[in-house]
Amino acid sequence: MSETVLEPHAKEPLDTDVPDGELAKRLAATWGTADGLIGALSTVDHKAIGRRYILTGFFFLILGGLAAVAMRLQLAVPDNSLIGPDLYDQIFTMHGTTMMFLFGVPIGEALAVYLVPLMVGTRNIAFPRLNAFSYYVYLFGGVMIWVAFGLNIGPDNGWFSYVPLAGPEFSPGKRADFWAQMVTFTEVAALAVAVEIVVTVLKLRAPGMTLDRIPLFVWAMFVNAFLIIFAMPAVMLGSTLLILDRLLDTHFFNQAEGGDPLLWQHLFWFFGHPEVYIIFLPGTAFVSAIVATFARRPVFGYPAIVLSLIATGFLSFGLWVHHMFTTGLPQLGATFFTASSMMIAIPTGIQIFCWIATLWDGKPIYRTPLLFVLGFFFIFVAGGLSGIMLASVPIDTQVHDTYFVVAHFHYVLIGGAVFPLIGAIYYWFPKFTGRMLRERLGRWHFWLAFIGFNVAFFPMHISGLRGMPRRVYTYPAEMGWDTLNLISTLGASLFVVSFLVFIYNVAASARGGDVAGDNPWDASTLEWATTSPPPPHNFDRIPFVTSREPLWAERETLPVVTGLAVDKREVVITTTTEALPDLKESSPDPTVWPFVSAIVVGVIFIASIFTPWAVAWGAPVAALVITAWFWPKSMEEDR
Amino acid sequence: MRRLLAIAAAIAVLSACEREDREFRPPPVGTEGEAPVTLSSISPDTEPPERPADTGKAYEENAYHLSEGKRLFAWFNCNGCHANGGGGSGPALMDDSWIYGGALRNIVQTIREGRPNGMPSFRGKIPEEQITQIAAYVRSMERQVPQDAAPGRNDDLMPRPSEHRLPASPAVPGGTVPPSGQAPQ
Amino acid sequence: MCCCRPALVVLALTLTGCTGWQSSLDPQGPQADSLATLFWVFTAVLTLVWFLTMAMLLLSLRRDRAARAGPLSLEPQAERSMIRAVSAAGALTTAIVIALTVVSYAAQRALFSSREAPLTLMVKGHQWWWEVTYEDAQPSRRFTTANEIHVPVGQPVLIKLHSSDVIHSFWIPSLAGKMDVIPGRENRLVIEASKDGTFRGQCAEFCGWQHAHMAITLVAHPAEDFERWRENQISAAEPPDDPLRKRGMEIFLSRPCVMCHQIRGTPAAGKVAPDLTHVGGRLHIAAGTLPNSRGNLAAWITDPQGIKPGAHMPLVRLEADEIEPLTRYLEGLR
Repeated sequence: MSETVLEPHAKEPLDTDVPDGELAKRLAATWGTADGLIGALSTVDHKAIGRRYILTGFFFLILGGLAAVAMRLQLAVPDNSLIGPDLYDQIFTMHGTTMMFLFGVPIGEALAVYLVPLMVGTRNIAFPRLNAFSYYVYLFGGVMIWVAFGLNIGPDNGWFSYVPLAGPEFSPGKRADFWAQMVTFTEVAALAVAVEIVVTVLKLRAPGMTLDRIPLFVWAMFVNAFLIIFAMPAVMLGSTLLILDRLLDTHFFNQAEGGDPLLWQHLFWFFGHPEVYIIFLPGTAFVSAIVATFARRPVFGYPAIVLSLIATGFLSFGLWVHHMFTTGLPQLGATFFTASSMMIAIPTGIQIFCWIATLWDGKPIYRTPLLFVLGFFFIFVAGGLSGIMLASVPIDTQVHDTYFVVAHFHYVLIGGAVFPLIGAIYYWFPKFTGRMLRERLGRWHFWLAFIGFNVAFFPMHISGLRGMPRRVYTYPAEMGWDTLNLISTLGASLFVVSFLVFIYNVAASARGGDVAGDNPWDASTLEWATTSPPPPHNFDRIPFVTSREPLWAERETLPVVTGLAVDKREVVITTTTEALPDLKESSPDPTVWPFVSAIVVGVIFIASIFTPWAVAWGAPVAALVITAWFWPKSMEEDR
Repeated sequence: MRRLLAIAAAIAVLSACEREDREFRPPPVGTEGEAPVTLSSISPDTEPPERPADTGKAYEENAYHLSEGKRLFAWFNCNGCHANGGGGSGPALMDDSWIYGGALRNIVQTIREGRPNGMPSFRGKIPEEQITQIAAYVRSMERQVPQDAAPGRNDDLMPRPSEHRLPASPAVPGGTVPPSGQAPQ
Repeated sequence: MCCCRPALVVLALTLTGCTGWQSSLDPQGPQADSLATLFWVFTAVLTLVWFLTMAMLLLSLRRDRAARAGPLSLEPQAERSMIRAVSAAGALTTAIVIALTVVSYAAQRALFSSREAPLTLMVKGHQWWWEVTYEDAQPSRRFTTANEIHVPVGQPVLIKLHSSDVIHSFWIPSLAGKMDVIPGRENRLVIEASKDGTFRGQCAEFCGWQHAHMAITLVAHPAEDFERWRENQISAAEPPDDPLRKRGMEIFLSRPCVMCHQIRGTPAAGKVAPDLTHVGGRLHIAAGTLPNSRGNLAAWITDPQGIKPGAHMPLVRLEADEIEPLTRYLEGLR
């Protein structure tokens, strides 16, 4: 057994001093979360916070899905009077906003928060208190917008809220302001998590995990974090300018006084295009992990996939004008964006080919996670190809803002993110809970979802080409769209049933499922090296990594690193590229200040919808609270 | 403490609903044959003069009605004499002096019946509900409506701070705006 | 095979439903034609790509393979051949992407090269109707109408697009792609109808409550019929002869109608609502929401908020005996 011993510091007991049986118990006590409400509110355990993120994300998925059901019921027959225009506008806006801001981005981050520290072999995520803060801010933002919807202040201008419609003249009341502040909430949360992921991946990897031994899941989440860091500021700026225009009479989007409505579109879509890749890249992370395990071989073309991920990340910032092809921008400029929008198919395609090659050379085992990945291939590739059609300016002038686009983005988002996500839940549920989800129900879930999805969304390609625009609360009977819409609604109901099967599966299996061992799938990455569910401290001893697939390379015993303290929270910091052990760093203890800070920040954000003085009065309070959070405590380094 | 929170929550709920309703068919405000409104609250009679029921609240606290009033103010060319509230050949509507009364029913009557010295009568030309919307908007120029319901700026050249940023000053018949009340909020 | 039948159903659905008066797959003009051709080229190539990719996937799942010692025992031979295969697939993807970009750019250049257009229209988008102004060198020959455009067959028409409030999008799929209507900018679109007919378009950028009911009708005539239509539109409304229509005109002029609508030839000169000078001759009312008939006119005037909730047409209280004269008057404004 290979061993690396770190220098002992002071006289605390190290993990070499404690016998094995007692080690797990003492580490669990050191790293655990206290009982009770205060304990729950002060936890900084990335697994507890990751679990909350996952549950909250799925809760918003259900809410957004119910909004979609309402829309499909209204559109099932022509000239329907089930839902009037005002409520329908709020519903489709809530559907898009929830799916993009409250589900799409957070759920990828949720799985990253839970799994990245485990996969890189450390005890906690970087900046654990910020992690707690980000969850509370996300929760408050999501609750705020749905409570606003319940109070008839739900936003009603679409999830991208174009001005001048969302501006002060044409959007009376506070609906657009609530939308803009919800953006602020969720983007603060997303930025915080992105920063934590980057630092965790760069500095907290287990010794021996060089850059080219980082699992593809972690690479995808790492690249995704950079996309978040560079894209979110654009929409935060845009939504702030929108609130300023509405609340303080500024003229950013007022063409009469020197502003421009197109400024909003540029700012929003500069964020909005990377946003869809922020939602898609975690899907690629899930696919890489699942394909490796269920093809029983490492993913083919590791360097190609890593470079493709990075290329996709860069390229995604050069596409945004393809959302604005019909605004009358100069044609030569638009053509550049046609070229770049088509070009991004190349790295994405290479990833797809590498995964198919993995399956070709491997020995596929057909369990539910792999079924959902196969569904991903079928649906996402179709969506990507309809995207290539949209990339062409002339074709886009016909299908922009029609149901063709709705079909396209549901194919890429549900195919590219939701199907892999469901597969990921089936795959990692044993790790999260210690129980297996039922396989038979999983197959039912898959087939209902697959058939329901395609029946619901394929006809939309056709209705869009036949002239049906987006965001219409009803349509005349003589347009000939009624059959297609009815078929979509029926498919959507099947899709909903598949989710009911899933919820039942999760509920029934959480307590009563088959007990999973540490590694029920015989997978290769480090999270499977510890118990299911993992103990609070993740690993009794930090692993030492010698291969890209640690658990396949070291089948007998996993080499470990020793020398960390047992009675205080300590992690190993390694060098960035070679992952040589560098420092022992204290990891923050649980504290309730992130929760209090989130409340203060939430109150400031919500109050600033009504008066700018909230910022002036709230800033000192926030400063006080954050000072309390950062007040030097009894940590080793502060003495 | 719990009761206070419950009351606060109830107020928040109710006020939000009222501000944000988009009533495409506004609440009826009576027919055009309505009796004229008395301006004074005293009279030689044993009982004070009758005043019609105040339908003002539904309009004044609703952002949609105020925004519709703002649109109609421009569409029906009230700006021609009242110039975005600053006045010209007609009196200023942004100050706190009212020749014929500044309550909603007074302004409604001004628009509907006209007034001596140049205010035209729009009886039969602007439907009652729209008159009430315009009157509520005029009140918002005076900051007599809740600030969160008052309209924001138009996407036009900006002549003055928008209605929700105008200085708040109580309507004093024949009074003036003190200097401290003249800065935008 | 079991997967053929659903594919055939899908194909049938796709092909039978192409026609329609608002279908981009039923082109009636040269621009829409080249757009449809481009679309079919892309569809053919990309559908083939999809089938090839799925075939590779299915093959990779079904092939027989020898057992391997462990997940990490990889054959260098197999790895090398897979590198070649994936590189080839990547190169093919790149080639297809470049080819499609070039094809798209060629079509784009042809479509957007500015052309001379003998007829110029100015279309202004409002919430939730379209104001159409026919321009002319002689100011006296300019006129304004609403929600309906007439064009001569075979001639390009330049449309200058403006907005009076929010962003809308002018789109008549049978004739051309869409162009957004943005306040503060003028966008231009050239359309041409290659045969007679009536085509429908619709606003294609969410613009508020009645975005769903903001249609535009385009009627293409042979050139002489178009000139006749134009001369009629330039003329003011004829004063009514019969007493019923005369009464209708009096009702129109004494009610709130005149505050917003214009009927040239009468004192009514409102500019903020659709021009009604020749409303009787239009195919639809309320921006394509209802077919034009006396009954629908009556319904629209009596309860616009029931038909198009949120529209700026208010509830105008009419007596029961005023509706018929008014609608007869409007119906006669051809």
